[in-house]
Amino acid sequence: MGRFFARTVGQVAVFLAFFAIWEVAVDALRIKPVILPAPSLIFMTIVKHWSYLAINSWPTLLAVGGGFLVAAALGFAIAVGIAYSRWISDLTYPFLVAAQVLPKVALAPLFLIWFGFGLTPKVVIAALIAFFPIVINTARGLVSVEQELVQYMNSLGASWREIFFKISLPWALPYIFASFRIAITLAVVGAVVGEFISSDSGLGYVISYANASLDTDVMFAGIFVLSALGVALFLLVVLAERLALSWQAAVEAAPETL
Amino acid sequence: MPAPEIRIDNLALGYRTSGGPVTAIENVSLDIAPRSFVSIVGPSGCGKTTLLKVLSGVLKPTSGRVTLDGTPIERASLSGQIGYVFQKPLLLPWRTAIQNVLLTTEIARKDLALSARVAEARRWLALTGLEGFEDRLPHELSGGMQQRVSLSRALALHPSILLMDEPFAALDEITREAMQEQLLRLWSLTESTVVFVTHSISEAVLLSETVIVMSARPGRVDAVIEIPFPRPRDEALRGSPAFTELVQQIRVKLRHSQNGAGGPA
Repeated sequence: MGRFFARTVGQVAVFLAFFAIWEVAVDALRIKPVILPAPSLIFMTIVKHWSYLAINSWPTLLAVGGGFLVAAALGFAIAVGIAYSRWISDLTYPFLVAAQVLPKVALAPLFLIWFGFGLTPKVVIAALIAFFPIVINTARGLVSVEQELVQYMNSLGASWREIFFKISLPWALPYIFASFRIAITLAVVGAVVGEFISSDSGLGYVISYANASLDTDVMFAGIFVLSALGVALFLLVVLAERLALSWQAAVEAAPETL
Repeated sequence: MPAPEIRIDNLALGYRTSGGPVTAIENVSLDIAPRSFVSIVGPSGCGKTTLLKVLSGVLKPTSGRVTLDGTPIERASLSGQIGYVFQKPLLLPWRTAIQNVLLTTEIARKDLALSARVAEARRWLALTGLEGFEDRLPHELSGGMQQRVSLSRALALHPSILLMDEPFAALDEITREAMQEQLLRLWSLTESTVVFVTHSISEAVLLSETVIVMSARPGRVDAVIEIPFPRPRDEALRGSPAFTELVQQIRVKLRHSQNGAGGPA
């Protein structure tokens, strides 16, 4: 407990030191606020524009959450197909690998043409970016099950469902949650890119609109709120992981992630 | 319930690899008496594990058959008559010791009430010396303890046949010797026939009624050696001249069959 406390204090201290150096540097080097506002100014801007930022957090949160959930559902379903069907695996794997190399944000303008200017294209972009690590990690987790044990359970007459729910799925959960951690941060990127390109709401819109009018302090306020949102969502995934994998907390070796 | 006889009749199993077809085992015929303890020794790659997998119904032979009192082995396996202990414990890390033991009966003994299955699991954990560790997760147990959970998981089925694939190979020597004696004690409480694969000749001699020496590529039965020592066997037997002599005799046979297959691997 003492070590945990000391570590937390240390981590907070690093943040404070970062902002302190920033504050002092801006003042000492007489950097104009339009180039780089001091942290104190950014915090005051956040307080001043609080309701504006809060209202615009909503669409971003919906796009990130929606995109993540779509990616998780689709990614899981396809991963199950890849893990259990040689046929599906052989057919889709090259495509998935090729698609993963493609910079998905490059498709964002296209989705705006296809899906209009509302929430839908942002959800689609967020989902598309978050999808790949989920598919690949989940499939890998499902395949990594001890085959000898599965074969023996099969010979004892275990049904497909019994093997899946008693062995394979819990076995793959650490891999799945590792991919969720990556996916949630990628979903934030996807949603904001969508908002950058065309939007009249959301934190991405706040940042790009402030950029156009050179309100650098508002830009930074948007970036800070966006970061806070991303961190909160990430911690939510970590919390869900802790709840689902309480047995793993004590096991040191976490599976490697993508 | 009298333990059934295992009859292995002209068994062969081949499979394809990128390097062409491989015959893993060939021409294996054996009768294994009810309630006996049979060990299989042989050089690496002689198809020992393949033979166990056929006996458990996991692998289908290319030709020949295995029956348990006249019933095809796959059917016996489906009715939960076969227990399997692997080289690694292969426990589910999120399940406690007792939940791991319950895994086999959960699948193959659905006719039994949960309370009966739990009582049975507790009994075997206690018999393997794990009383008080029922609610521990596998990573909280030592390697030897994990393997005892794995053994309890197999025994909780009350299997007619207990198949063991080098179950003590990964343990240190002291733990291994303790486990061997414990296995003999547990076996005397059951009706099970044990088929035990091992690399260790002295382990095979200490434990078994019959030691089967297999030759490599393709795996064939090279010699069947009866072990005459009376039971219960204990620590004193390991040091006796008769024991050492028999071990040496089997070692010579094993070396011979290895040379016959193209020299030591």
